[in-house]
Amino acid sequence: MIMRFIYQLGSPPYFYALSGRLLPWLSGLCFILFAAGLYGGLVLAPADYQQGDSFRIIYIHVPAAWMSLFVYMIMAFSGAMALIWRIKIAEIILINSAHIGAVFTFLALVTGSIWGKPMWGTWWVWDARLTSELLLLFLYLGIIALYSAIDDKRKAARAVAILALVGVVNIPIIHYSVEWWSTLHQGPTVTKFDKPSIDTRMLIPLLLMAFAYKFLYAIVVLLRARNDLLWRERRSQWVATLFSKEGA
Amino acid sequence: MLQAFLIILQRDLILAIRHRAELMNPMLFFVLVVVLFPLGIGAEATILERIAPGIIWIAALLSALLSLDRIFRTDMEDGSLEQMLISAQPMSLLILAKIIAHWIITGLPVVLVGPLLALFLGLSAEGIETLFFTLLLGTPVLSAIGSVGVALTVGLRRGGVVLSLLVLPLYVPVLIFASQAVDAAAAGFPTAAPIAMLSALLLLSLSLTPWAASAALKMSVS
Repeated sequence: MIMRFIYQLGSPPYFYALSGRLLPWLSGLCFILFAAGLYGGLVLAPADYQQGDSFRIIYIHVPAAWMSLFVYMIMAFSGAMALIWRIKIAEIILINSAHIGAVFTFLALVTGSIWGKPMWGTWWVWDARLTSELLLLFLYLGIIALYSAIDDKRKAARAVAILALVGVVNIPIIHYSVEWWSTLHQGPTVTKFDKPSIDTRMLIPLLLMAFAYKFLYAIVVLLRARNDLLWRERRSQWVATLFSKEGA
Repeated sequence: MLQAFLIILQRDLILAIRHRAELMNPMLFFVLVVVLFPLGIGAEATILERIAPGIIWIAALLSALLSLDRIFRTDMEDGSLEQMLISAQPMSLLILAKIIAHWIITGLPVVLVGPLLALFLGLSAEGIETLFFTLLLGTPVLSAIGSVGVALTVGLRRGGVVLSLLVLPLYVPVLIFASQAVDAAAAGFPTAAPIAMLSALLLLSLSLTPWAASAALKMSVS
């Protein structure tokens, strides 16, 4: 059942049609989530007792940092699918995710340093989590560089898939670095299972924003993948019929 | 299988010995980079002693990076790599032999010269001893991880810059644990934890990277 779905998804015309039907729904949900999350975060949530209103950058910073890891996991996963089943869609998702992931990582770094200036009094510290986030950015850039260096794009996708799987070793190091080197960066406040040390009125908008970011990623990756797919399959029959129908 | 492993190891070592000039280059580069640091920073003994482990490890990373290409490049050019790929032997085993040969050629000299340079930089005796062990454990990791990077880029005409971008972020854990260990030893603290992590990295990389590299080579050669 699941395998059949994956095989179906692997067929470019099916993927193109399905993503076309999904996109309006995703965009609507994403818009609602962003509106709710931003309103909750910027208006409803109380100011922090120590950091005042400037803590509100958390609603941009933390979801971006989560996404930087999440997108890498997606990349590794679709890399494995691309290597094992040679699914063209997985290759396309993989490389387009790399660009988006790099942007999320960059966003997390920039908002982090804007947040760090008033809170810690410095733009940048060589703290474990900051440094590993920076390294994550380099991993993304390395993947993009390797992909653009290889001319044959199917070959390039396989190379990038292997690299993404090798780079996944770095993800746990990032995650556990908080425990390995306890330094300036505050410990995680949300992922503790027993009782989050964050007010519920602050937490709910944060989770909303996290989902909004995920939908945003899904929308952008689908749009880019559809573009890429049309370009790669531009000589195939289904693209020709698709456009002759739309043109007529 | 063991025989094939040994034959590849022997072959790579003989090939390296026959090009003696090339054999010296990575080590000369290593020494030069280390020498550049006092010239750039100033010869104050306290500062040099403090940053000696970092200098030596960064120089080791750079010299490993410089020599990585030779793991597969020449074999790719003369076609012997394709013969290895189509042979009946498992490619990952042959790659492991090539990694070990590469380490003996380029890593071992660094392991031997590094402590001597640390002496010139004024590192304490405990620090030098730990530095030796970290180099011994860490430099094979550099060759192993590097083999994946080279396997991915060997088919490219200008692979060098991409290679450094791919490999250097993956070298970071080695650098961190190694310099942590040496710092701890120089300050008189126990070093068991970072040394254990380095050993773990060594085992992990030696057992996993040959597979990744062989998958990458099949992609590069096809």
